[in-house]
Amino acid sequence: MSAPPVAGTSTPILDQEGRPHRAFNPFDNGSPRPSSKGPLDRRGTRTVVGLLLPLALLALWQWVTSAGFVAPYQLPSPASVWDAAVDLAERGLLGQYVAISTQRVLIGFAIGSAIGLVLSAVVGLSRLGDALLAPTLGGIRSVPSLAWVPLLILWMGIGEDSKITLIAIGAFFPVYTTVAAALRHVDAHLVEVGRAYGLRGVRLFAGVQLPAVLPSVVSGLRLAMAQSWLFLVAAELIASSMGLGFLLVDSGNNGRVDRIILAIIALALLGKLTDSLIGLAEKYLLKRWA
Amino acid sequence: MSLTSTATAHVAHPVTLRDVRRTFATPTGPRAVLAGVDLELAAGEIVALVGPSGCGKSTLLRQVSGLDTPDAGDILIDGSPVRGTDPRTAVAFQEPRLLPWRTLTQNVTLGLPAGTSRADGAGRVAELLELVGLTASAGLRPRQVSGGMAQRASLARALARNPGVLLLDEPFGALDALTRLRMQELLLEVHAAEPTTVLLVTHDVEEALYLADRVVLLRTPEGDETSIARVIDVPGTRPRDRADATFAGLRAELLEGLGVPTHHIGPAEQDKHHSI
Repeated sequence: MSAPPVAGTSTPILDQEGRPHRAFNPFDNGSPRPSSKGPLDRRGTRTVVGLLLPLALLALWQWVTSAGFVAPYQLPSPASVWDAAVDLAERGLLGQYVAISTQRVLIGFAIGSAIGLVLSAVVGLSRLGDALLAPTLGGIRSVPSLAWVPLLILWMGIGEDSKITLIAIGAFFPVYTTVAAALRHVDAHLVEVGRAYGLRGVRLFAGVQLPAVLPSVVSGLRLAMAQSWLFLVAAELIASSMGLGFLLVDSGNNGRVDRIILAIIALALLGKLTDSLIGLAEKYLLKRWA
Repeated sequence: MSLTSTATAHVAHPVTLRDVRRTFATPTGPRAVLAGVDLELAAGEIVALVGPSGCGKSTLLRQVSGLDTPDAGDILIDGSPVRGTDPRTAVAFQEPRLLPWRTLTQNVTLGLPAGTSRADGAGRVAELLELVGLTASAGLRPRQVSGGMAQRASLARALARNPGVLLLDEPFGALDALTRLRMQELLLEVHAAEPTTVLLVTHDVEEALYLADRVVLLRTPEGDETSIARVIDVPGTRPRDRADATFAGLRAELLEGLGVPTHHIGPAEQDKHHSI
């Protein structure tokens, strides 16, 4: 299980790429931008530049396999991975696997991040909640994801419930950790303004505290989405009859390297796609902050 | 400028403080910040609180606003005690404390009393923004405006509450000198249009004498002392002449009370100088 950002310290909270997350500091404009826009500021150019490395890797892969440097049973050619994809798609399996994996991730993500938001409010805003819950949740957070699998399977069987529960556990912690830490440090002056103008309890939370930590909520959700895909594969590797994790373990048993690579590429694309969707939502939400 | 067209009937409230005491725990034992504060504010009166740093000016204001609770004594607004943050009061702080994710309009809207209808609220907010000269900037966010504009929005937010008692905690302290003078004029304009009771904390003796009907000089209570060192009635009616020579004596008196030597020569001694 990848470590979520450290709570309650002055450590800068990092995004998935390990960069300090700008969104955490609402007053950070970044360095002043040069007024003349370089070519990298244009969206189309950025997309093209971003595609350069994947295309180069694809070309290298094609060259290595067609020149015979590695045996096809170790690294099949791009064309044969494509053929495997077409084959699975024609039998309706690829679409089914992608659909069921995405469904599991989205449901688990929704449940986990919703509970994460509620508990982060309890821990971040109430000293009693903090003292009561934070140590236990910290302990649970340090349990590796795979350790849950046998227990969940025993309790819930090998159906959807155990998988979605595992993904929800994965999505819970990034949201809980980042939002609880941010709520502890909401500007006391602003909270006092809310109180002075008659806001209490839920209305104070919705009117002042939650908007004040919105950037943290969004980056917590982004980390949670990434972690949901990690936990999906953990869930599907162990006990499943469909899904991309199942495709991985089944192909591993049959020695189908082409399908393994196909599953990895599918996971990369889906993970990037969902991350971009949250990125779009982030842009829209944080426009109000800029 | 019509201010009351959409506002509910506006009532200024008298405020009574009786033997108010507030003690804070410190590493060296409890320390009384406020002791034996007895003060009566008439409805519509402007009272300025001055005193050295740490004498409890802001603490006293917080007791009246309900953001803090006294250890002993009573605070009555219009005869009934303050409980929690009272809807009859509104506070403006030294910093504007605007919510950064809201526009100025939305920030002022926060001040509206609970239960204001959407249409009435929008009308009232527009009026207040007009009054403080922010109509053109209504859609901007706090980061996009100057400190003076933000402070005016903060004042408009307090006024949106239609308060019977307006509590101002060094509201102009962080502004540049010129903006501060303009804000003082604005406050007097607002008070003339809606004569609410005003309790104003300031460290600026000039400001206290220019704005207030009475100036209350606070001190840090030692032993059995009470917090109020003295209360000075400011003569004349507003708007006052900033250059009025009669204030020189009062100013010197207040500054001496704050422990600042003024080297002021009283009228009697002045005569002696001239008679030679």
